[in-house]
Amino acid sequence: MELKVSDLTVARGGIPVLENVSFTVPAGQALVLRGANGIGKTTLLRTLAGLQPEQSGQIDCPEDESAYASHADGVKSQLTVEENLRFWADVYGNQVPDTIYEQFDLVDLRQRAAGTLSAGQKRRLGLSRLGVIGRKVLFLDEPTVSLDRFSVKLFADFLQHQHLNQGGIAVIATHIDLGLDAPEMDLEPFRAAPDAAGGSDEAFL
Amino acid sequence: MSIWEYANPKKFMATTTPIIPWVLGIALAAMFVGLVWGLLFTPDAENFGASVKILFVHVPTALMAINAWFMMFVASLIWLIRRHHVSALAAKAAAPIGATMTLIALITGAIWGQPTWGTWWQWEPRLTSFLILFLFYLGYMALWSAIEDNDTAADLTSVLCLVGSIFALLSRYAVRFWSNGLHQDSTFSADKETHIDPSFWYPSVIAMLGFGLLFLALVLIRTNTEIRLRRADALEARQRRSA
Amino acid sequence: MIALLLRDLRLAVRAGGGFGLGLAFFLIVIVLVPFGVGPDKTVLEPIAPGILWVAALLSCLLSLDRIFALDFEDGSLALLATSPLPLEAASVTKAVAHWLTTGLPLTIAAPALGVLLHMKTDAYAYLTLSLALGTPALSIIGAFGAALTVGLKRGGLLLSLLVLPLYVPTLVFGAEAVRRGAEGMDATTPFVMLAGITFGAFALLPFASGAALRVNLK
Repeated sequence: MELKVSDLTVARGGIPVLENVSFTVPAGQALVLRGANGIGKTTLLRTLAGLQPEQSGQIDCPEDESAYASHADGVKSQLTVEENLRFWADVYGNQVPDTIYEQFDLVDLRQRAAGTLSAGQKRRLGLSRLGVIGRKVLFLDEPTVSLDRFSVKLFADFLQHQHLNQGGIAVIATHIDLGLDAPEMDLEPFRAAPDAAGGSDEAFL
Repeated sequence: MSIWEYANPKKFMATTTPIIPWVLGIALAAMFVGLVWGLLFTPDAENFGASVKILFVHVPTALMAINAWFMMFVASLIWLIRRHHVSALAAKAAAPIGATMTLIALITGAIWGQPTWGTWWQWEPRLTSFLILFLFYLGYMALWSAIEDNDTAADLTSVLCLVGSIFALLSRYAVRFWSNGLHQDSTFSADKETHIDPSFWYPSVIAMLGFGLLFLALVLIRTNTEIRLRRADALEARQRRSA
Repeated sequence: MIALLLRDLRLAVRAGGGFGLGLAFFLIVIVLVPFGVGPDKTVLEPIAPGILWVAALLSCLLSLDRIFALDFEDGSLALLATSPLPLEAASVTKAVAHWLTTGLPLTIAAPALGVLLHMKTDAYAYLTLSLALGTPALSIIGAFGAALTVGLKRGGLLLSLLVLPLYVPTLVFGAEAVRRGAEGMDATTPFVMLAGITFGAFALLPFASGAALRVNLK
C-alpha cells in the first residue's frame, strides 16, 4: 500500500495554485508539507481527500482508506466527549477503543459536554477521532493549532506508534516540528505560474 | 465541425455579434406588423368586443415565458453535463427576460380578465401557474445573485432549475386539480378552424414570431454581456496574479 | 445512517430551541388568524384546513436552515463527505431527523389547534393523515433548499424564496384532502398525490441535495 501522486495540479476558486506536484509516500511513512501561507497546502490536502476535484494529474490512493482532518474538526458542543467519539466510530462502523482516552489524555473528560472543554482539549478530542475511524491514509491540515507542547507530544506519539508503525500513511501540513521521523516537502517550487493553464475562466481569456 | 465549437465564448461572441442586429430588426418588424394588424385591422370578436385584442400581446408573451424556462432547463442540463460556460451564462441571461415575459403575460391576463370576468384577478389554473412560474424565476435569479463564485453559482442554479422544472410541472397539475377552469381552453393550440377566424390567426402568428425573435435577440445580447463580464473578471484576476 | 440520525435527534433535544420553537410558532400563527379574520364560526370553519396547512408549512420552514448550516460551520459536513456515508444518505437522514423534530410534533399538535378554528369534526382524521403523509415531503424538499444555500452567509431569506414555490403541490393536495374530508367528499385522489409527492421527493431529491452539498464543499 502506498500513496502516489503524479503531476497533480490543484485550483482554489477556479485558479490553479500548485502545478505538477508529484510524490510517493510508502506505508508507515509520513510526509510533512511546508510552504508560506496561501501557497495551497489546504487546497492540496482537500484535493487529496477528495473534497474538491483535481485540475489534472493523478492521485493513487487505496480505496476507502483516506480520512481528512482540519482545524474545523466537527466537535459537537452539546454532546459529551464519549458521544462525539462514538458517533464517528459508528459512521465508520467501528468500536471506540478504550485506550483512545489515555492516548489523548481525555480519561477525566469522558462524560463532559464538549462545549465545556477548553480550546486545546477540544482539539485533542477532534484529533482523537482519527483513532476511532480506522483509516490508513490521513490528510491532516494544521493538526496542532491551539495545542500546548505536551499535547503536541501526545499527538505525535499517537501518530508514530498507533498509526505509522501500524503501516499507516499521513500527509501533514504544519508550521511546527512534530518530532516525527518524516521527510519534508517544500511546496514553493510547485507554485503555479500566473498564466498556468487549467483555470475555470481559461475559456474567457 | 461540431456544434459544440460555438460553446467557446470567443467563438460564440464572434458568431453572434453580427447577426444580433438582424434578429432584433426582424423581431421588431414582425412585432410591429403583427400588433398593428392585430390591434387595428381585425374585427371585434362577437362575444368579447375589442378587449379580445390584448391576446395579441398576452399569448406571445405567455408562450415566451414558458419557452424561456424550457431554454434555461436545456442550458442547465448542457452546463451540468458538458460544462460549457456559454450555456450556463445563456441560462442566466434568459432568466430576467423570461420573468419579464411572465409578468407581462400576468398583467395582460388581468387586464383581459377585468371586462371578461368582471374581476382583475381570478385564481384560475393558467394564471395561477404563471404566478408560480414567476416565483420560480425570482428564486432562480436570487440564487444567481447571492453566490459570488461564478462556477458554483452556475452549478447550484442549474440543479435548482432541473428540480424546479419538475415541481413547476407538478404545480401546474396541482392547480388545475384545485380549481375549475375559466380560461378559453387551449384556444390556439387545439383546432384553430373551429374557434378562431383566420383574420385573427395570421396577425397572431406574426406577433408570436416577433416575440420569439425578440427573445432570441435579447438572450444573445445579454449572453454576450455576461461573457464580457466574465472575461473582464478573468483578465483582472490574471493581472492581479502577475503583479 | 442510524448514528447520524441519533446524533441529530440528540442535538435537537439538547439544544432546546429547534424542537419547541416550530411548535410554538405553529400555535401563534393559529391564534393570530381569528384576530385577523374575526371570531365568527362561519368564517373560521371553512378556512380551518387551509390555515392549519399553511401554518404547518411555515413552521417547517423556520428550522430548515439548521439542517446543514451548523454541520457546515463546524466542519462536520466536510468530515462526513470524506466518510463512508454518502452525502445523499446524509441528506435523507437529516431530512428524517428534521421531520421527527418538526413535522411529527406538528402532525400530533394540529388536531388540538383545529379546535381553536372550529374545524369540522369529520376533518380531524383527514388533517392528521394528510399532515403525516405530507410533512415528510416538506422536510426533504427543505433539505434540498438548505443544501443549495448552505454556503451563504445570510441564506435564510433566500432559502424561503427557493423552497416556498417548491411547496405548492404539497400544500395544494394536503389542504385539498382535508377540505374534501370536511365536506364529506372522497379524498382518495389528493391523498394518493400527496403520498406520490412524498415518495417521489424522497427517491429523487437526495441526489440533487448531495450534488449541491458537494458543490458547496468545494
